Amino acid sequence: MVATGAVSVAEVWAALEEISDPEIPVISLVDLGVIRAVTVDGTRVRIEFTPTFLGCPALELMRSAMEEKVTALGGEPEVAVIQDDSWSTDRITPAGREKLREAGFAPPAPRAAGPTTLVQLRSKAFRCPYCGSTETRLENIFGPTPCRSIRWCEGCRQPFEQFKTI
Amino acid sequence: MSERAQLLLSLADDELIVGWRDSEWTGIAPTLEEDVAFSSIAQNEIGHARALYELAAVELGSDPDALAFDRAPAEYRCAPLVELHLMDWAHTIARRYLYEEADRVRTTALMQSDDAELAGLAAKIDREEVYHRMHAEMWAARLRDEPRFKAAVEELWPYALGILEPALRPELARLVGLSVDAAQTHERGTHTPELAELLTVMTEVRRSEPGAQW
Repeated sequence: MVATGAVSVAEVWAALEEISDPEIPVISLVDLGVIRAVTVDGTRVRIEFTPTFLGCPALELMRSAMEEKVTALGGEPEVAVIQDDSWSTDRITPAGREKLREAGFAPPAPRAAGPTTLVQLRSKAFRCPYCGSTETRLENIFGPTPCRSIRWCEGCRQPFEQFKTI
Repeated sequence: MSERAQLLLSLADDELIVGWRDSEWTGIAPTLEEDVAFSSIAQNEIGHARALYELAAVELGSDPDALAFDRAPAEYRCAPLVELHLMDWAHTIARRYLYEEADRVRTTALMQSDDAELAGLAAKIDREEVYHRMHAEMWAARLRDEPRFKAAVEELWPYALGILEPALRPELARLVGLSVDAAQTHERGTHTPELAELLTVMTEVRRSEPGAQW
């Protein structure tokens, strides 16, 4: 039995895995790759968190959910929002990408080759999350949230949401 | 006020005010796709403003919301381009196009700044701006030969130059294919009457209940 109040780093990560993205509940904050670091000093727990899109309205919800989890573990939370360039959609874990696809959100293309271009978005490189066809076309660069575009699948003749690569 | 604080406020004010102007198309854009696009772009721009105000607030020992909403019109540092109340689509698209090109030049420069905090934020902002540029690029390509669009770009060009410091203006002129005329430029530091009107509307709810927790 651990002494009252002591919290381990592993416990914090496990608790954070239970927090869903408020707008895409199939994926956890850990799978989304937004938790950059967890450090524990006695009961004090510091979480470094990187926003996805800066205007994401879910930021405050995520922050309070993290604070609640740490408090429930008996720790004193400190959530630091890191606004540098360290988050990219490449940080979404392989498990997270599969969860997105299963839920009907096409996961983002890799960023490795550089920022997305219009030519790329108009190409057939994007796969429908429902039927797997690459016969898809761009409907709108923008979608229901800043992180998604809208595409149309010729294979199953329906629109789908494509995660933007950033 | 330090030079850094002035720079941060110029950037934040541009993004907040252009975001507000873009958001005015929510619900009334010519097509549903554009309604979604303008709403999303506005949300991003205002998100960038929030992050920039947070840096400025640390620098000034102030609060981000107070910086965004509680200053007098004369204290804002935005360029006149973003203030204009544009009521037609040709001008609206012309402003988006010119603003994004100017912002591309400015952001690229900031990403190379020796101010690591600002350079990091600029790089993060740039990841999102890529999509705004594509949107502007698509419209500019579609409307390139339309007389109304060309006239709107020419009319707004002296305002677009005012977004940038003089050293960066030739690069913008090269991208847009127009020339720099310093005498005609609507410089930052001057304001249009539209700014005060915009601020009155934007801060109405906040002023109705000073100090309220939302």
